[in-house]
Amino acid sequence: MGWLAQDDERFFPYPFLRGSNVKFGIVVSEGPYTHQASDTAYNFAKSALEAGHEVPRVFFYHDGVNVGTRLSIPPQDERNIQQQWSALGSEHGIDLVICIAAAQRRGLLDEKEASRQGKDANNIAEGFRISGLGQLIEMGIQTDRLMTFGD
Amino acid sequence: MSEDIKKFLYVNRKAPYGTIYALESLEVVLIGAAFDQDVSLAFLDDGVFQLTKGQDTKEIGVKNFSPTFRALGDYEVTKLFVERESLDERGLSADDLQDIVWEDEDDDYAEKPSIRIISRAEMADIMADQDVILSF
Repeated sequence: MGWLAQDDERFFPYPFLRGSNVKFGIVVSEGPYTHQASDTAYNFAKSALEAGHEVPRVFFYHDGVNVGTRLSIPPQDERNIQQQWSALGSEHGIDLVICIAAAQRRGLLDEKEASRQGKDANNIAEGFRISGLGQLIEMGIQTDRLMTFGD
Repeated sequence: MSEDIKKFLYVNRKAPYGTIYALESLEVVLIGAAFDQDVSLAFLDDGVFQLTKGQDTKEIGVKNFSPTFRALGDYEVTKLFVERESLDERGLSADDLQDIVWEDEDDDYAEKPSIRIISRAEMADIMADQDVILSF
């Protein structure tokens, strides 16, 4: 710990954020395994929560939506990015939101959407939900700092 | 932090086609317009190509979404900052960009230009002045 301490000026350049509880909104905008973004976002969220800050919501956009499929099967000696997020989300009550527009393009469907679109399967993992881009804007409005993890 | 109006800046750094970032950025801007925040768009690096006129995507089989930029005024998105150095580095000038305007209700609906070409230093100041930056 320590590196994300609440008085660390590198992460909290503004006095109002220092020494107090900060609400972080997190955007993940690159796909799992291909790119480091979802791992770094996970490590950041975990550390921020351990340091006493809040992460009320994480928004998955672009290829980041692929984090939320429950059908990924990484080799057993590798991390399982989806399971890491599901566990962190359930432990800390994080709202894990997958963008619906990005998800539909890429074949990510929950039960309701699969039935509405006449598809024969769904693949959303536990703890994730599909919703609109409004959730991203709302997160920007309601949190103290918005962090984007991607290119 | 108070929940009054925040300054949102959408930073567009990538070419309009080749990757999906530009299109999905524009989708966020259009949805975000419903939230009554103070919205600006920035175009730098290859992002300046997004605003060029005469885009023709027929040969690559991808939808040409560039006309949507001209509709942004109707969504009250009226500040499109374009970095001069990025234009220069790519051999582009203001003449290569679409005419994008917005109607000023407070000035007898006069059409005013949405695109403002600014220097790299000015762009840095604009970024520093924001509450929320979404980078694409």
